[in-house]
Amino acid sequence: MADEIILLDFWPSMFGMKVRIALAEKGLKYEYRDEDLFNKGPLLLEMNPIHKKIPVLIHNGKPICESQIIVQYIDEVWKDKSPLLPSDPYHRAQARFWADYIDKKLHLLGKRLWRTKGEEQEANKKEYIECLKLLEGELGDKPYFGGENFGFVDVNLMPYFSWLYVFEIAANFSIEAECPKLITWAKRCMEKESVSTSLPDRQKLYDFFLQLKKWHGIE
Amino acid sequence: MGEVKVLGASLSFFCCRVEWALKLKGVAYEYLEEDLRNKSPMLLQSNPVHKKVPVLVHDGRPIAESLVILEYIDEAWKGYPLLPEDPSERAKIRFWARFTDEKCVLGAWAACCAKGHEREKAIESAQESLSFLEKQIEGKKFFGGETMGLLDLVVGSLPNWIEFLEEHGGMKLLDEEKFPSLYEWAQKFINIPIISERIPTKEELINYFQGGQNSRLTTGK
Repeated sequence: MADEIILLDFWPSMFGMKVRIALAEKGLKYEYRDEDLFNKGPLLLEMNPIHKKIPVLIHNGKPICESQIIVQYIDEVWKDKSPLLPSDPYHRAQARFWADYIDKKLHLLGKRLWRTKGEEQEANKKEYIECLKLLEGELGDKPYFGGENFGFVDVNLMPYFSWLYVFEIAANFSIEAECPKLITWAKRCMEKESVSTSLPDRQKLYDFFLQLKKWHGIE
Repeated sequence: MGEVKVLGASLSFFCCRVEWALKLKGVAYEYLEEDLRNKSPMLLQSNPVHKKVPVLVHDGRPIAESLVILEYIDEAWKGYPLLPEDPSERAKIRFWARFTDEKCVLGAWAACCAKGHEREKAIESAQESLSFLEKQIEGKKFFGGETMGLLDLVVGSLPNWIEFLEEHGGMKLLDEEKFPSLYEWAQKFINIPIISERIPTKEELINYFQGGQNSRLTTGK
């Protein structure tokens, strides 16, 4: 029986992007549905009644929620192709640790970057760059966070890089000088079809961001 | 088996769950109590990113963040399974583990700290979160089914924590009438020997809190 896979998503969502990349890495065919987050559809509310958030993966009618959990699920079900987590327990733990760090720290700091101004924004910028430098240290001289192969941490971090373009413009800074290895890493990841086809066009994302600022009443 | 150390704080439920997991697996370990106001060089070296407990150190290699540690323990030592085999069941457990930490542990704390008309809303929100856990345990002996699993160890943070917050905050959260299955599970859980021999009690938490060191309560993760 062929697998039926539906992804409830919202195209600018960093969390949704992670799942798209994972599905593409595994070469999986799925139905993509973009949700209107101001008018959430009955399927989303039925499949994620607790948080009512995207992304939600629906695999043969069963919902899986929370992006990191979905990516692990995809990796476990379709384990024979392009494994995202390493096989060794210690390295798996390290991958989960960094994915957790990315979700908790980067996400919050990114939001603060564009919602603040002046001195507060400068302080947030500094913290954001420090966060990225820490990740750059973890990458080291490896081609990917997963080592020779694109892996779990790479999947979790790449979506933030698609938004980094927006943050750099919004907060007037550039990480090119500060984190050259991460820039190289991001370019390497973008050469992968699974990544480039899963991330939105930068300009489209920036236009969305301008709209988002308006909704939040930010100049 | 290797050399296993746990860096922890005695009043942290996040640290307890690591010890409970090791005990279920029959893994011998050395426990090192941290003074969180004066963190040891070993802690700062083992968890330089967050500088928090718990940290598991296995053959000199540190692992931090309690949920990451629990999965590591399950994968590094076979025998007693903490997670089921089926990927969709594993995904459910992971979902509810995060939910418990984010909505219930923190939600109960928020309800205790809230003042005035915000208090009622916070209590309602915390109880709504507990109602989801109630549905998960209804008709089951443990969250893990017939035997305790990872989710029991995570939800195990709640009984004494809530009991303490209820007394400290002068409110009722884990109402036996509203949440009969969760209440029953809680009474059973805290009396299981490997749990009861290593669990912060309401009295210990009250004593500590009245000592004015409440910042310690939320620094463990």
